[in-house]
Amino acid sequence: MASDANEGSFIHPMDQFVIKPLFGDGESISFITVTNSTLWMFIAVAAIAALTILGTRGRSLVPSRTQSIAELLYGFVRNMVEDVAGKGAMKYFPYIFTLFVFILFCNVLGMIPLAFTPTSHIAVTVTLALAVFISVTVIGFVKHGAAFLGFFWPKEAPGWLRPILCVIELISYFVRPVSHSVRLGANMMAGHAVMKVFAGLTAMVIAGGLGPVAILPLGAMVGMTAIEFLVAFIQAYVFAILTCVYLHDALHMH
Amino acid sequence: MATETAEELIHEAAEPHASGGLPQLDFSNWDSQIFWLVVALVLLYFLMSRIALPRISSVIEDRADAIADDLDQAADLKRRAEEAEVSYTAALNAARAEAQTIAAEARAEVQKELDAAIAKADAEIAARTAESEKRIAEIRDGALEAVETVATDTAQAIVAALLPAAQDEAAISAAVKQRVS
Repeated sequence: MASDANEGSFIHPMDQFVIKPLFGDGESISFITVTNSTLWMFIAVAAIAALTILGTRGRSLVPSRTQSIAELLYGFVRNMVEDVAGKGAMKYFPYIFTLFVFILFCNVLGMIPLAFTPTSHIAVTVTLALAVFISVTVIGFVKHGAAFLGFFWPKEAPGWLRPILCVIELISYFVRPVSHSVRLGANMMAGHAVMKVFAGLTAMVIAGGLGPVAILPLGAMVGMTAIEFLVAFIQAYVFAILTCVYLHDALHMH
Repeated sequence: MATETAEELIHEAAEPHASGGLPQLDFSNWDSQIFWLVVALVLLYFLMSRIALPRISSVIEDRADAIADDLDQAADLKRRAEEAEVSYTAALNAARAEAQTIAAEARAEVQKELDAAIAKADAEIAARTAESEKRIAEIRDGALEAVETVATDTAQAIVAALLPAAQDEAAISAAVKQRVS
């Protein structure tokens, strides 16, 4: 019993991902239940609005600090869309910008201790990836009509190879949303879990009376924190740039 | 209440997440997550596409325009400065040429005046010299006459003293005249 209570006082690495309703009895979760995930999604939206709307309200020719950060973000995503998806994709720029900043802010805000990371949940990343997959496919068919199916029929390959390549193309096309969502969700989950594992290890080493040895997991945790900040940014970037690549495929068919 | 929380703690310690396995695979809360994600994304999309992005792009465009305007203005000012320099150099050259002509004219005028003055002075000197020579000649003539008179008088006095009988004024004067001239 004592050992059980002791175990309970340490944080389980996966506890940080548990979705808890903020109001009500704390048990049943219907589709409109406001949970910690909801809270942190809207904190991200509020932070983005604060940066890009409040931060730029001066419309200064010589930008303030927040305005120059907002402009930097704008220029970064704009260049990415232009370079990767092409000039024709500029009308989808607000959509990609929204995805990028939302994922970026969810990831980075999740680095705050005790914060929740909505993007560590497959439900969220699958929805994001499916939204990209469906919209890109619709754009492809709207722009090229039935000719978009030619995307899966490699004309330059030798005749007998075409059906095989077609199957491979189809599989790779439909695997896109899976890899797109799992890459983001798994990265965020694994990184946060590893941080918690090291944190729990530090606490256990100290509780076990081996004080000075705790420097090892603590040092590892500091390193992990730095890497997690990098991952938080890189995963948002990868998600956005893959969206641009898919969009480019739909607009130009290779 | 306290016992409840304690019970919950023990319950959670024994079974960290009710469904078992990963919280991510607890599908009971997927609808809530997806619903609020869609709400958040739609809200964010409208905030970005309606307010933030047009504002940032207009600010960046305004800045680019302002910089282009400033560069144009600077180029214009530079061109005008170069023009001003050209006209300044031209004016300077013209002024220098004019100054040289004025100086040459003045020099020529001065030279002319100088020449005239020198000529006048020469003429005056020549006139004075002539006058002086005339007077010197007069004086010499006068002196010669006086010498003759004095010599005659002296000769008469000497003759009167030495030979009172032989006083012949005409003869003495003729003799003196003959000797003196």
